[in-house]
Amino acid sequence: MSEPVRYHVLHETRYDYGSPVSLSQQQLHLSPRILAWQQVEEQRIDLDPAPTWRRDAQDAFGNPVSWVAFHAPHEMLFVSSSMRIAIMPHLPPDLEESLPWNELRDRLAYDASAPTPADLDATRFLFESPYIRVKHELAAYAADCFPPGRPVLVGTRALMAKIFKEFKFDPEATTVATPVLEVLANKRGVCQDFAHLMIGCLRALGLAARYVSGYLLTRPPPGKPRLIGADASHAWVSVYSPGSEGEWVDFDPTNNLLPDTEHITVAFGRDFGDISPLRGIILGGGGHEPEVAVTVTPLDEEPPRPVAVADSPAIGKLATEAAASDAIADEIAEPAEPSLAAPNTPALEDEPAPVTSRQ
Amino acid sequence: MARTLLAIYPQSARRYDEMLAPDGTVRPHWQQFFQHLDQVSPEEMHQRLDFVDRRIQENGVTYNIYADPNGADRPWALDPLPLIISSEEWAEVSAAVAQRATLFNAMLADLYGEQTLLADGLLPPALVYGQHGYLWPCRGVRPPGGVWLHHYAVDLARSPDGQWWVIADRTQAPSGAGYALENRLIVSRVFPEMFRDLHVQHLADFFRDQVDGLSALAPVDPGEQPHTVLLTPGPYNETYFEHAYLARYLGFPLVEGQDLTVRGDSLYLKTLRGLKRVHVVLRRQDDDFCDPLELRGDSALGIPGLVNVARAGRVVIANALGSGLLSSGALMGFLPAICRKLLGEELAMPSVATWWCGEKPALEFVRENFDDLVIKPAYPTQRMDPVFGHELKDAERDEMLRRIEARPHAYVAQEMINLSQGPTWSRAHERRLLARPVGLRAYAVVNADGGYSVMPGGLARVATGASARIISMQRGGSSKDAWVLTDGPVSEFTMLKPSVGVRELVRAGANLTSRVVENLYWLGRYSERFDDSARMLRVALSRIVEAGGQKTPAVEAAMALALHLGVLPKPEEDTEVTAGSEHVLLEAIYDPKQPGSLAGNIRNLMWSATHVRERLSLDHWHSLNRLQRDQQAAQKRHPSMSEAIAFLDRVLGVSSSLTGFAMDNMTRDDGWRMLIIGRRIERLTFLARMMSSFLRMEAAKAPGAMEWLLELADSIITYRSRYSRLPELLPVIDLLVFDDSNPHSVIFQGWALVRYLNRLLRDLGDERGDKVTEAIVKLVAFPLERLEHHPIAQHQACLELADLLSELEHAANQLSDWLGNRYFTHVGDVSRQTMAV
Repeated sequence: MSEPVRYHVLHETRYDYGSPVSLSQQQLHLSPRILAWQQVEEQRIDLDPAPTWRRDAQDAFGNPVSWVAFHAPHEMLFVSSSMRIAIMPHLPPDLEESLPWNELRDRLAYDASAPTPADLDATRFLFESPYIRVKHELAAYAADCFPPGRPVLVGTRALMAKIFKEFKFDPEATTVATPVLEVLANKRGVCQDFAHLMIGCLRALGLAARYVSGYLLTRPPPGKPRLIGADASHAWVSVYSPGSEGEWVDFDPTNNLLPDTEHITVAFGRDFGDISPLRGIILGGGGHEPEVAVTVTPLDEEPPRPVAVADSPAIGKLATEAAASDAIADEIAEPAEPSLAAPNTPALEDEPAPVTSRQ
Repeated sequence: MARTLLAIYPQSARRYDEMLAPDGTVRPHWQQFFQHLDQVSPEEMHQRLDFVDRRIQENGVTYNIYADPNGADRPWALDPLPLIISSEEWAEVSAAVAQRATLFNAMLADLYGEQTLLADGLLPPALVYGQHGYLWPCRGVRPPGGVWLHHYAVDLARSPDGQWWVIADRTQAPSGAGYALENRLIVSRVFPEMFRDLHVQHLADFFRDQVDGLSALAPVDPGEQPHTVLLTPGPYNETYFEHAYLARYLGFPLVEGQDLTVRGDSLYLKTLRGLKRVHVVLRRQDDDFCDPLELRGDSALGIPGLVNVARAGRVVIANALGSGLLSSGALMGFLPAICRKLLGEELAMPSVATWWCGEKPALEFVRENFDDLVIKPAYPTQRMDPVFGHELKDAERDEMLRRIEARPHAYVAQEMINLSQGPTWSRAHERRLLARPVGLRAYAVVNADGGYSVMPGGLARVATGASARIISMQRGGSSKDAWVLTDGPVSEFTMLKPSVGVRELVRAGANLTSRVVENLYWLGRYSERFDDSARMLRVALSRIVEAGGQKTPAVEAAMALALHLGVLPKPEEDTEVTAGSEHVLLEAIYDPKQPGSLAGNIRNLMWSATHVRERLSLDHWHSLNRLQRDQQAAQKRHPSMSEAIAFLDRVLGVSSSLTGFAMDNMTRDDGWRMLIIGRRIERLTFLARMMSSFLRMEAAKAPGAMEWLLELADSIITYRSRYSRLPELLPVIDLLVFDDSNPHSVIFQGWALVRYLNRLLRDLGDERGDKVTEAIVKLVAFPLERLEHHPIAQHQACLELADLLSELEHAANQLSDWLGNRYFTHVGDVSRQTMAV
């Protein structure tokens, strides 16, 4: 079970500003963080045009961050982040063995004594944050998943299942700024919204939960090759459960599963705002939305082939350009077996393809 | 001798009285002042009150009220009687305030660094991580000199037993020190003898300590002088007056976020003479609005990249970003233990008893003693008015308790204190003292030795009613000067430079920011533009009135010209220009939404003026205000034609006074030159376009038309004095285009523009290929004789002359664009956030 699964990830973002941008500064949360179960073998960020200034550092939550500035007028910005990652299986052995949730809640509440370092660390994710207002409606929504005495991870799994069952994935329903209560009322959204909602519920109960950004391996339909650029960045939830390995356990409410070797972690924070992949301030430019393309390739699987995505010509174009240099490799790979067995996620074999964020 | 003022001064058993001892006698440190006051005649006191009001009005001391829809400015309220504090008492207060500032700085260092306070359980994480004021990107940022808190204010109140208590701490961007200074300048002149004889401690040393303290911390590179700016959110902020006032007093440029720019690791001010590095930002803008890149991204107020400059240690931000979280009242109960731990000493001045509901025992206490408590938000970013427990009825009370129990960590409860009372002068009576609750806001700044200097005195605040429990300038309270007496000699240091006066409109030699320069330029252009359009509209209206409703050629020509000049909007296709001329003209005067309208120009003018307000004299400002009020008043009334003409006459009167202010009252610096260049470009393009359009219009050459052309160019008197005959084409063209002694001729304006531009470029060491001069030279070379000959040749010559004029107009417009690109910020081009997932 301790064989790592290895991936190559390509995350490309392109802004066509329409008119010149005279000054631009960007904050990049694109480099993956190193975790007990996640090794980063290689990673790089390429920018076009080349930035005038750049600084790489760690943010206050320990995530790699880069700041870049462009001082010369430019009409386009292309950011390409690529990485090679190895992930070890790390599912918690038994959710039932976690602490009763109300016990953990009381332990995290302030009582004038010195907290354990891990508990103190967890309190960073205990309170409301700019994108996640903690409201009593959220506690009420989650209440039936957390009867007194239930182990925190069992309760969290129930909450995840409830959200998965009651909410519909709908990229049109929300924007980055949609408040959590509105998501709760409309029962629609994307991975970001479900993660924010679930975190809000957990915090409203007095539990610590953080927002995780990253990528998810998506599965092509049976018999079809993997498409380049068809993926997107993804987001899920991590809940504090002292005593569990690593103290934090991941939950993916968008897909109703516990992330293991198919979720690639980039960063975590209190909410989306702390770790949005590419956040910037520009002077000038028109009003165009960025084009984003993500490709997650298992390294022990056949290389993917470039195919335009029907309803997103922009991404298709991007993908074709990006894949041009791989064309030969693709031709060679063509005669190979149509579909290799998917990596080890037996529980999900028959599930529909996982869905990720808005594009 | 009238009876003593004490006769009807109400004593209170429930409050400490600042002036009277419990036995009804005047306290020793008040005696001299009271005796003086008791002897002042009502007439003299009346004069002194007048003086106070006049000074406040003349100095433009205002406090902006957000909720007031009728204009932002309200005059500052000042009671002439000072709050007097003895030197012994002040020594204790002052030491306690300095200690608290020291403590808060140490707390910020801990919370943005190691966080031992949290690890030891001395502070609940909810009051740090749970606050939006805790700025995560600033964790680990160590400011120069290890100073987070550069200026600090604290609201003090005195309980009935005479003890001073801390009511609230201000650690974000404390306001009021400038108002305290202004109060001092006024009140010390109301009672000059008393001020001298009582040995009142001066305030100037405090401000000098502030300037020196900031300079000492400035991270200068070798060879650089510390450059400090005062950052304001802008003219719509409630204390903008104070920002402008302090900036002038301290000698710091007053800047807005868009005046500053980050390049690499450094912060720069955009000035007319290029980027100039800034070492210290004294900020009056809340910290979460300071950097849209890493902090709140939904605001255009900030400086993208500022946090990174702080991270590199290349700028002092006073106070450091993230310092606002210590304003939380919920911290008060934890301070004694924190003080022992961080400073190794006892907290000198107690905070008013405060219970943070996030602690279970505290919550129970609050539930049981609800009637005796005031409920306040735990976090300064939360908007909520204090709630008095005993004022809530059954259902309201239950609702409040339910809200507290749902989110206990978001609320604090405080003991109610009966504020002390002090004498104020009644304006409703001839001679009477009223007793009003008072509080004192005290100030501390970090000094060059790294310690804290406390302002001797501060801003005393007075409640409106005798029984008020809250004092707030936003709720209509008043203020007082606070006099701290001393037994020793008084420091005579002064920061007031004798050369700086209210009438000095532009500070010569200051760093003119690009934004100020741009607004001055547009102030110039809009002043001229609204004058031009008022004149055009008056000409057209007069023709219609003269024609008595007939469509005469003169009416048609005037309307056509107004259209060419952009004074009237382009008509829809298939409609006659003259259809409903009257209506069209009235709209062009009064409708601010119509492009090119007079009302719209006035609005643009006001906008530019607002942004350079600290550079305009009060009279200048009053003229502008009157103009806008006139226009707004007229807009509501559906004015008649004759009323409209009268309005235009008044507008033109104001316009000439604006010209007067610009020419006579402003210092001749780069900013003024830019304003004049704006005026010249506007007038030149107007005249050139007026003449070229006129020359191309066949109907316009009728004799009557020539007359109103002269009127439009304000040259009819000159013409008559020279020719004493009906206007003819050749002399009219000569006067309005070629005569370089007529300020309303194209050539006059053209050469004047070139002169000012060359002077500016020489000053700035800049140069530019000069298309304007080229176009003028070509125009001057035009042989006027060609206009003498027979009609067909004359017509041809007119068209050629019109082309030359258009060429000049075009050159002037190009110059305007060039100035914008070369010297101005993109004021219309606001930074915005982009986000990709």
